Amino acid sequence: MKNVIQRYWRTGAAILIVGGLLLLALGGYLAPVIRVVMNPVVSAQSWLATRYLAIYELFRSPGDVTALRLENERLSTENALLRSQVIQMQEQQNDFESLYALLKVARTRPDSDYLAAMVIGRDPSPFLRYIYINQGSDAGLRRGMPVVTNQGLAGRIVAVSADAAQVQLITDAASAVNVRLPNSKADAMLTGSVTGDINLEMIPQEVKLQVGELILTSGLGGTYPSNILVGQVVSVRRLETALFQSAAVQPVVDFSSLRWVLVVTDFQPIDLTPLNPSPELP
Amino acid sequence: MPTLLAFPVLILVIMLQTIIVTSLPLLNGFADLVLLVLVAWGLQDRVKHAWIWTAIAGLMVEYVSGLPQFVPLVGYFLVMAVARLVRRRVWQTPILAMFLVTFIGSIIMQGTALAALLANGTPLSIADSLNLIILPGTLLNLLLALPVYAVLVDLAQWLYPEEVEI
Repeated sequence: MKNVIQRYWRTGAAILIVGGLLLLALGGYLAPVIRVVMNPVVSAQSWLATRYLAIYELFRSPGDVTALRLENERLSTENALLRSQVIQMQEQQNDFESLYALLKVARTRPDSDYLAAMVIGRDPSPFLRYIYINQGSDAGLRRGMPVVTNQGLAGRIVAVSADAAQVQLITDAASAVNVRLPNSKADAMLTGSVTGDINLEMIPQEVKLQVGELILTSGLGGTYPSNILVGQVVSVRRLETALFQSAAVQPVVDFSSLRWVLVVTDFQPIDLTPLNPSPELP
Repeated sequence: MPTLLAFPVLILVIMLQTIIVTSLPLLNGFADLVLLVLVAWGLQDRVKHAWIWTAIAGLMVEYVSGLPQFVPLVGYFLVMAVARLVRRRVWQTPILAMFLVTFIGSIIMQGTALAALLANGTPLSIADSLNLIILPGTLLNLLLALPVYAVLVDLAQWLYPEEVEI
């Protein structure tokens, strides 16, 4: 018995100490000691793990970068494609809105036939206010046909080729449109200018013009259909000594951003030239 | 080959003129890209077909524009005549010659168009035309003269390579 105690007392003491420490640890009494001991260990572990991961990435990264670059390229291409699709959709949306507005005009005036055309260019000379449209004689367009937008009168066709036509805008210096002022019950002539402004001329002195008054085509002269909105009076110039008064006009059409127009295809302009008296006749 | 090349080049230039340049006005004037191309082409030493280019450009613009007949043709021939004249006088400073001919050419071209329209009965105010169209247009032409000249120099070098004696 004595031999047994002498042989195992160290083992028993160790078990008791370990058991006691475990009980103390489970009881939370050793937390400060554990913290002090573990902190350097955890720091060392973190340092080692960071260095290991860095070295691991260094060896592994070339493959990843190549894959990422390819993925980036693919996504960039896809992004560019989607962007161009968005731009195309926006363009189509704008065209759709313009055409829908023109369709509403055609519906409000069902007595006339219309053909929609896109503006494809402007005259290269700055002295002329002409536009080109993408419909021509193949689509039935003829010289003299009036051109309108959803806002009002734009001009008339002056030259036609097979698949394009040249339109003289009412802002052109050589343009003259017979108009009427429904409120004042007077006729006048609307002329363009080199600056692109339009003016009312030949208004009798006795007519009392109001600023803001609407101007419609009169149909006189046979070059334009009647009752198409042209613009409104902005300011009146009246001189007591002059035979006629004149007025500055704000056109209803925004000529700087014309994209789509309607050609009135069933309007036949009347040529009054044979009715003009010839100077050779007595 | 240089004559044939005039067609695609000038068609492209006229398309750019009618679509883009006309939508970028200064006051009411805008640049004349066709004039700039002809001037730059006419000032190149090695170019031998400048007059043919002028005729093609004049006829094309005449077909496209609503200006009275022969006005673009006559205007561009006058401008080319000035360019060829100046090329012989100030050949050592081509950039200066480009600016000089662009200035004179713009006045000639716009002046010819104005005179023709007035003779045709178009009621144009000369003062407004000068202030709002001719002078701003000339300024824009001068601004575009240098880039157009640079492009045309490259084109001329490509079409007429320098002969080297061996």
